[in-house]
Amino acid sequence: MSNRQSKIRNFSIIAHIDHGKSTLADRLIQQSGLLTEREMQEQVLDNMDLERERGITIKAQAVRLIHKGKDGEEYTLNLIDTPGHVDFNYEVSRSLAACDGAVLVVDAAQGVEAQTLANVYLALDNNLEIVPVINKIDLPSAEPERVKAEIEDIIGLDCSEAPLISAKANINIDSVFDKIISDIPAPEGDESAPLKALIFDSFYDSYKGVIVFMRIFDGCVKKGTRVRFMATNKVFETVEVGVFGPGQFLPVDELKAGDVGYLTASIKNVRDTRIGDTVTTADNPVKEALPGYKKVNSMVYCGIFPADGSKYGDLRDALEKLQLNDAALRFEAETSVALGFGFRCGFLGLLHLEIIQERLEREYNLDLITTAPSVIYKVYLTDGTQIELSNPTDLPDVTTIERIEEPIVRAEIILPSEYIGTIMELCQQRRGEYEGMEYLEETRAVLTYRLPLNEIIYDFFDVLKSRSRGYASFDYELIGYEPSRLVKLDILVNREVVDALSFIVHEDSAQEKGRKMAEKLKKEIPRHQFEIPIQAAIGNKIIARETISAVRKDVLAKCYGGDITRKRKLLEKQKEGKKRMRQIGSIEVPQAAFMSVLKLDEE
Amino acid sequence: MTSLYIHIPFCRRKCLYCDFLSFSDTKYINEYFDALIKEINAFDCKKVRSIFIGGGTPSYIDSKYIGKIMEALSRYNIEKNAEITIEANPGTLTLQKLKAYKSYGINRISIGLQAWQNELLKALGRIHTRESFIENYENVLKAGFENINIDLMFSLPEQSIDMWLETLENVTALNPAHISAYSLIVEENTPFYDMELALPDDETDRKMYHSAIELLKAKGYMQYEISNFAKEGFHSVHNCAYWQRKEYKGFGLGAASLMDNCRTKNTESISDYIKGVTIAESEGLTKADCMAEYMFLGMRMKKGVSISGFKREFGEDMLEKYGKAFEKFKDFIEISGDFVRLNEKGIDISNMIFCEFI
Repeated sequence: MSNRQSKIRNFSIIAHIDHGKSTLADRLIQQSGLLTEREMQEQVLDNMDLERERGITIKAQAVRLIHKGKDGEEYTLNLIDTPGHVDFNYEVSRSLAACDGAVLVVDAAQGVEAQTLANVYLALDNNLEIVPVINKIDLPSAEPERVKAEIEDIIGLDCSEAPLISAKANINIDSVFDKIISDIPAPEGDESAPLKALIFDSFYDSYKGVIVFMRIFDGCVKKGTRVRFMATNKVFETVEVGVFGPGQFLPVDELKAGDVGYLTASIKNVRDTRIGDTVTTADNPVKEALPGYKKVNSMVYCGIFPADGSKYGDLRDALEKLQLNDAALRFEAETSVALGFGFRCGFLGLLHLEIIQERLEREYNLDLITTAPSVIYKVYLTDGTQIELSNPTDLPDVTTIERIEEPIVRAEIILPSEYIGTIMELCQQRRGEYEGMEYLEETRAVLTYRLPLNEIIYDFFDVLKSRSRGYASFDYELIGYEPSRLVKLDILVNREVVDALSFIVHEDSAQEKGRKMAEKLKKEIPRHQFEIPIQAAIGNKIIARETISAVRKDVLAKCYGGDITRKRKLLEKQKEGKKRMRQIGSIEVPQAAFMSVLKLDEE
Repeated sequence: MTSLYIHIPFCRRKCLYCDFLSFSDTKYINEYFDALIKEINAFDCKKVRSIFIGGGTPSYIDSKYIGKIMEALSRYNIEKNAEITIEANPGTLTLQKLKAYKSYGINRISIGLQAWQNELLKALGRIHTRESFIENYENVLKAGFENINIDLMFSLPEQSIDMWLETLENVTALNPAHISAYSLIVEENTPFYDMELALPDDETDRKMYHSAIELLKAKGYMQYEISNFAKEGFHSVHNCAYWQRKEYKGFGLGAASLMDNCRTKNTESISDYIKGVTIAESEGLTKADCMAEYMFLGMRMKKGVSISGFKREFGEDMLEKYGKAFEKFKDFIEISGDFVRLNEKGIDISNMIFCEFI
């Protein structure tokens, strides 16, 4: 270890949602004197509006802090902030792989939660030194001693010296710096070896091209270095290297083993710079890439259509722009009989889907119709071929199908013991297979279930929260595919199949889901001048039916001189309501109806 | 040619369903009429086709005020056979008052009876009974009026189909020239809106409506608008002007006008009005607005809208412009010769159809 390296600490902060990760990060940035109070925007690291609103980190961020330690020496502390959601587990794992240690923030009132555990496991997988910190000790409900004991019992981390802090109230922040410097190992690595750097994020800048965020493990890189991205095998000439000032990029001459920084090389596409990939020198490459690289696969697909068909081109432009910065977003053109031209889009998970949808609507001002999300099914045909099905509409004729396999996840749910019965019931309803239960302490347990992914992508999280009054927390990982008795449920509106409403469902719940779907649509679709049958069908077999009765009366009895303007406004309003609908044959269907399948369990 | 409307915002008491601009306080009655006459004097028009004195209850106040109005209007060129209507409520029509109206040149009386059954009248908050109506009606005949309208309502709380038929039977037995039959609309900002009412369902409402059309037809009343029925030659000239988008000018509180494709509305504040403030809202209509109005007002009338008239006014082919809508609602619309009209089923869902023209 060089003397330079001994003054560097690379770390991240991990926590369950709302335990104060971003607040602590802000406080560390502020204390290191990089920003004054006035310059300090709330939660500097969460850049996107969406992140601020939802209180979550969507993309990884990094910042370099300069801190004078107790020994009087100046330390460079590289904080790599990680996304905080299961959808982005892979990104989290790569960010953690770029670190040597992690500060584990645990809420002094709430204690260990599902994401606390999930993040700790990820950190341990990456051999990180974990520094536990108890946050929110100023809360009246804070029980730091109980929470410390809990961390020791459940995770096995020594908490005797864990700083007791309040990031919000600025209590004991110095002790966090001290622990980072004393407990987290300094980076090692050979500056003269061939370049070996890990990409933990990248983002597209319209002036500089892709900015690659990386941790240098061996070697060094500077302007002019020809670098190779090992997974994509692309070679670029480095234009600039630098480090992360708060809210800005600071160019430096050179990045060396142990550093965290960025490089730019006039790269046009984030797809060339995949998270988890290894950067090396083109002329003197390392033999082996860093372990852990994975091609990210979409887990959830849905159709996104412009509400106004003429905005198809705008939607494509917007998706292309988002994709510049989001290598995990997939899309390809899709044509629906009901909804016209749109895109089949692939996402890491439901949150990722919602984020993209919201960004399209907000940042690009698009009015969208989104169809129900679907997982990817593996369909094995009788002719021995196999297809990956992400759009229920494309399911081949049943007679040609040998079997269908669906993705299965292992879910861990941490919850107060009083809700165990209710939540087990929920998991059974969702075709869950019980794997085990462990008491974390007397009043809290962790439940493990195997669940089909298609049972949890819709509303599982919402239902879980409401049935546990918000106390249960949940995390999952994909464990594989299993054969299952699945069928495609078609919905017929006025005797015509509406392709955008088809979904895949387990045979045993088809009847119930079909009935609920028909009931739901009966409520969503306004009455017309004629009767409209709503039917749910499997193949040619109708399994549920509802009828939307015809409008009997929609007439203004009285309309004289004084009312005409008002009556015209009323008609305009009525017409306006229709505009937000999709015409399917002779039926006007509100946009929300296409998401009905998501809300079948609502009362 | 212009139609004139004069608004009298006074009532003995406001009915529970009423959302018209009216009140029982007559404190400012003199100032109000002064302002009204000023407004009339400030206006100039060529020829008057019809006059309608509405309210409120114009028959509630002393007839001398009506005399003043008619005097002020007399400086206009009023057509010889112009239809001149005053609105009246039973319980306010004395023979003396009616004779005075007659002497002012008023030739049509529109009486708000609404229902035959005293229990329904009470529930509506009406000030009169069936008996006071009959007595007043006799006065109207005695005073020599021949063109009489009776306003009726159906779909009332607690009203059965039989009660409605009883109302129609009794009213047609009196043989008025004109009958208006409205389905009750519970408007916001009325006491009815906040009350729990046992209203007939849509099915019953439509039964009442269609049975009224049938019964009135049998008694010699032809339907000429969604809610209006008349003996041969007695349709309301004034109201038809509204549906045919003819020019009209309104005087008084909250009164509306249509002049040169501009819709205006007077202030609804009586204190402003008596200070001389009149127009509060004004909206110039675009060609698209005018075409929409042509359709949704014209199609209220049984006769329907004229294809050639549309072409003359807007230079566009109605069948081409609205062909899709006509096709969509072909079971509810009748196209014959120069006219496009709603059929009886079409009236029931007329708003849905009218939306196509907006």
